[in-house]
Amino acid sequence: MVLNRRIIVTVLVLIALALLPVLLGGAPFYIGVVARAMILAIAAISLNLILGYGNMFSFGHAVYIGIGAYTVGIFAHYDIFNGFIQWPVGLAVSALIALLFGAISLRTKGVYFIMITMALAQMMYFLGLSLDEYGADDGLVIYTRSEFAGLIDLEDHVTLYYVVFGFLLLTVLGMARLINSRFGLVIRATKFNEARMRALGFPVGRYKLTAFVLAGTICGLAGLLLGNFTNFVNPDMMHWTRSGELIFMVVLGGMGSVFGPIFGAITFLLLEEFLSDLTEHWQIVFGPFLILVVLFARGGIDGLLGRKDRSDD
Amino acid sequence: MTWTLLLEQSLNGFQLGIVLFLMAAGLTLVFGIMDMVNLAHGSLYMIGALLCATFTEWTGSFLLGVLLALPAVLVVGILVEVVALRTLYKRDHLDQVLASFGLILFFNELARIVWGPEGMAIPLPAWLDGSIEILPGVPYPTYRLMVIVVGLAVAAALYWLVVKTRTGMLIRAGASNRTMVGALGVNIGLLFTLIFGFGAALAGLAGMIAAPIVQANIGMGESILIPAFVVIVVGGIGSIRGAFIAALIVGLIDTMGRSFLDVLLGTFMSANAAETAAPALSAMAIYILMAVVLFFRPQGLFPPQGRG
Repeated sequence: MVLNRRIIVTVLVLIALALLPVLLGGAPFYIGVVARAMILAIAAISLNLILGYGNMFSFGHAVYIGIGAYTVGIFAHYDIFNGFIQWPVGLAVSALIALLFGAISLRTKGVYFIMITMALAQMMYFLGLSLDEYGADDGLVIYTRSEFAGLIDLEDHVTLYYVVFGFLLLTVLGMARLINSRFGLVIRATKFNEARMRALGFPVGRYKLTAFVLAGTICGLAGLLLGNFTNFVNPDMMHWTRSGELIFMVVLGGMGSVFGPIFGAITFLLLEEFLSDLTEHWQIVFGPFLILVVLFARGGIDGLLGRKDRSDD
Repeated sequence: MTWTLLLEQSLNGFQLGIVLFLMAAGLTLVFGIMDMVNLAHGSLYMIGALLCATFTEWTGSFLLGVLLALPAVLVVGILVEVVALRTLYKRDHLDQVLASFGLILFFNELARIVWGPEGMAIPLPAWLDGSIEILPGVPYPTYRLMVIVVGLAVAAALYWLVVKTRTGMLIRAGASNRTMVGALGVNIGLLFTLIFGFGAALAGLAGMIAAPIVQANIGMGESILIPAFVVIVVGGIGSIRGAFIAALIVGLIDTMGRSFLDVLLGTFMSANAAETAAPALSAMAIYILMAVVLFFRPQGLFPPQGRG
């Protein structure tokens, strides 16, 4: 590994994230912004697996955030706060839904795939809207965060921050390993030439579906964290515009780069905070900015850090 | 469940289908011919509704409002195409989706600045505000009937345009092989701009005729956009005929589901369970329809022929 600009920046960002609560002396607001950015970064990393490496343009990824968050919310609604029950169930439901949605949408290609993932996500959004028992469009307030038998206290915001940070590290390291594993190589090769991979005898469909399910499950994890973090869940978390924002985070950070989505998510949230401080109508700047990024900065932030080493490409 | 209610609701479903068709026609044209995913189509729907509301307020006449707003949306559409979207035709779908997503944010905020967060209501003129007896003893709102009539007229005009005229021939030729059409000396760039503007005007028209029913507001585009996508995917991307049939199916299923599903479910489950399940199921109905159609026909019901 050569000590290039990308690695230096990445390490600096990670150190900054690790030290942030200490540096800010526990200032809850900014810790909150960054914790949220890290949660969305986990979701963006999971999306990057199928979007950046697998070439599957899912436009409904936010649905799994909703599923994770709703799991926490619905269990809390019935006074079950045990995280050892909530979290495995949340991950399992995310995986199952991803399996179902993946099986349906992977039958299609290109534009149809974008549309059907979007429509399936929108279906879940409307399902959330129509569930009166769980607050319909108001959603559920999560009064008590997940409890882990007294081992970790998520009610403490610094602890929660470090839990999120820990999961982010785990996700990003896991992703780095995964994409360089045999599985990752097959997925990436499929992006470039699916027909050839098929001809080589790889069950491409199964590989793609596995990646889809894995991405959904990891995103479900982000949802579990987000539900705990915001103490709140509503159908809006699953709206297709949320999925659009996730895609933008991935593209902004750099598609098909391991750390890119982290840069993307953090930049996205900081920009949102900064612009919305500046003017109430921040989206009038943000929209054109998005278009400019798409038009002129395809590599995203990761691309600005220099060309990739062929060896880790 | 009475027959009059069934009739009324079928007409409502038909009317929703017509609005969806106007949206979907532009989308499917832009899609089929330019291979371009345009999420901002919903914004043009919203802009159409809001412009129409403003012009109606200025002129005091809904009809004049529509007549003024139509060319205005056409111009907005052409501007959007020339300034932002033209460069995206050669990009992959992800770029198009994202850039047009950026356009949505921009237009929503612009609308919020210009028209305020509440949007505007369009009052109906007296001659449209009443109801007509469609059957003895069965009144139906005049305006909704108007929507159906206008929509069918536009659909017929569209059919004539695409099938019988030279422009339509170019459009169809562009849909099946645009490189060849370009090689034959047709100004493809101009053709694309015109089609886009035309699609924008159709979306605007859909917004205008929906506005008196649902009120012109920010975000109205996003709520119609996804059902319109469902329509073009079910109908087969690029096929106007498919869009028309799928729009009516989607409109009917959505409306019927919302009004009759609880009764239907009540026949084989407890009334209580039916009451809980019906809203959820009816909200999901069109998406389930889409999933089922795509599962059996991944190219939609009427895949356009001859696409290389």
